[in-house]
Amino acid sequence: MAETLTKQDIIKDENIVYKKTGLMTDKVLSYCPGCGHGTTHRLVMEVIDELGAQANTIGIAPVGCSVLAYEFMDIDMQEAAHGRAPALATAIKRLMPDKLVFTYQGDGDLAAIGTGETIHAANRGENITIIFVNNGIYGMTGGQMAPTTLPGMKSSTSPYGRDIKTMGYPLKITELIARLPGTYFVTRQAVHTPANVRKAKKAIRKAFDLQKQNKGLTFVEIVSNCNSGWKMTPVKANQWMVDNMFPFYPLGDIKVDGELVK
Amino acid sequence: MAKELRLMKGNEAVAEAAIRAGCDGYFGYPITPQSEVMEYLMAEKPHERTGMVVLQAESELASINMVYGGACCGKKVMTSSSSPGISLMQEGISYLAGAELPCLVVNVVRGGPGLGTIQPSQSDYFQATKGGGHGDYKLITLAPSSVQEMYDFVKVAFDLAFKYRNPAMILSDGAIGQMMEKVVLEDQIPRLTEAEIIKKCPWATTGKTPDRERNIITSLDLDPARQERHNLKLQEKYKKITENEVRYETIDCENAEYIFVAYGTSARICLKALQLAKEKGIKVGLFRPITLFPFPVNQIKEMAGKIKGILSIEMSAGQMIEDIKLAVEGKIKVEHYGKMGGIIPSPNEVLEALEQKIIGG
Repeated sequence: MAETLTKQDIIKDENIVYKKTGLMTDKVLSYCPGCGHGTTHRLVMEVIDELGAQANTIGIAPVGCSVLAYEFMDIDMQEAAHGRAPALATAIKRLMPDKLVFTYQGDGDLAAIGTGETIHAANRGENITIIFVNNGIYGMTGGQMAPTTLPGMKSSTSPYGRDIKTMGYPLKITELIARLPGTYFVTRQAVHTPANVRKAKKAIRKAFDLQKQNKGLTFVEIVSNCNSGWKMTPVKANQWMVDNMFPFYPLGDIKVDGELVK
Repeated sequence: MAKELRLMKGNEAVAEAAIRAGCDGYFGYPITPQSEVMEYLMAEKPHERTGMVVLQAESELASINMVYGGACCGKKVMTSSSSPGISLMQEGISYLAGAELPCLVVNVVRGGPGLGTIQPSQSDYFQATKGGGHGDYKLITLAPSSVQEMYDFVKVAFDLAFKYRNPAMILSDGAIGQMMEKVVLEDQIPRLTEAEIIKKCPWATTGKTPDRERNIITSLDLDPARQERHNLKLQEKYKKITENEVRYETIDCENAEYIFVAYGTSARICLKALQLAKEKGIKVGLFRPITLFPFPVNQIKEMAGKIKGILSIEMSAGQMIEDIKLAVEGKIKVEHYGKMGGIIPSPNEVLEALEQKIIGG
């Protein structure tokens, strides 16, 4: 018997506690270390995998940091123009009602340039799922002010902090769309701790399950960090998110079974 | 069996043609003078006739992006609008061209710029034939000059769009869209099943099955060398379209000394002007480009060697005339006559312009 364990001794079914998500490609993620996008990608793909829905799913990537989401998700995907993903999703689902259709969008994409498409797809009650990653900043273009940037928060286009008087208020679009009759399940989650990751995955699973039942639009917001845009270390960014983002964007279900959570 | 004959508006003909061509989806937004397209479709309940989806979007931005989403799935999808709405769609049209997606966009042109007027015009020629949005791209552009052609070109445009994986445009105008003529209707072509689409469009996002790699539709490639290769491929395609798909009509051109070049409503005005000219003993013919891209360059070039002058008749400040001049290469005189702001020139005005600008000029 060998004195030391070899790799082959270790790689055994009974030893496996975690493995790479089946529907993530081998492409190395382009996201900054510590960014929530990677985890969120994985959760969406784990859910599609568990539903056995790879052959039945069409995803839509936005413009923003996750513009290359299609490089990492091993499913058929379309790349939308900035903000237009819900319009694409609307058509796909109307033309192919048996497919699972989701958009994956950031805050600039969904809550600024694409506000019209978001609100109207939600209000029509399109049977699609929207995964909304809100990090309060334009990450891809280098840290400009987003519709969700907090009051007083610094960005490259609000270098002295967001001044509400001249730059307007952050848009709580998730609360807004929860009030529309076309939405069925609206929730806000985070992926910065294992416990939150588990909750977020459950929410994503629920959103897709409900889509299969044609209940109307399902919407999962992930409040996330942007350590490079916020100019913080990943650990500090997560702490800042807990201290500043969560009080403004509280986690939890906002609408369940078509009813606002009291 | 005799073909079905119906009296229809140009806009209604487009709608009926879409259903019968096996169109899978129409996404639109109301704008004068083309709202009858969606009104007709909604009234017809094409979902019951063929399963076709018709949806009124919240804006032209949304409707062209719905077209993009459907086109990515290999579906036969279309939208229609008029000039200001088509301007709003330019972003989406550029993405469709960049991602090489087939679709049909109908522009029932009205006078501009800006909100302009709701009356007919041909001032969107540049926008339709030179790209319109950002980047180097072309739309296959068909110009109907009758209600029958409004009907016929829907199928032609879809066929060309799928043949070349390229957006196609029907460039009409408010007169053709609103006027009524009799139309010979073709039999219903069935919509394709998902299996048929997968076979015809193996690139389409229909869901990744184990027998193939995932399909991704994007116009993004950050690598300059690859992006240039993609652009070269597009240019190669446009060249092929130019070589193979030129369509035009000639009337009384054989022994003509002068030629009107005109499309759409202007070509109809010229038909009457030809009669008036004949009475005066003026030998003039009509050359009617049917495809504006590809433009019949060689045909006009060849013709220029046999005639004394060309008058381009356009309901604009003169846009197509630039393409005519490029084709003629300075060999003969080329002038423009037209009206703007929604005014249709009369046959007498057209003939007068020929006499003054070309014959006497």
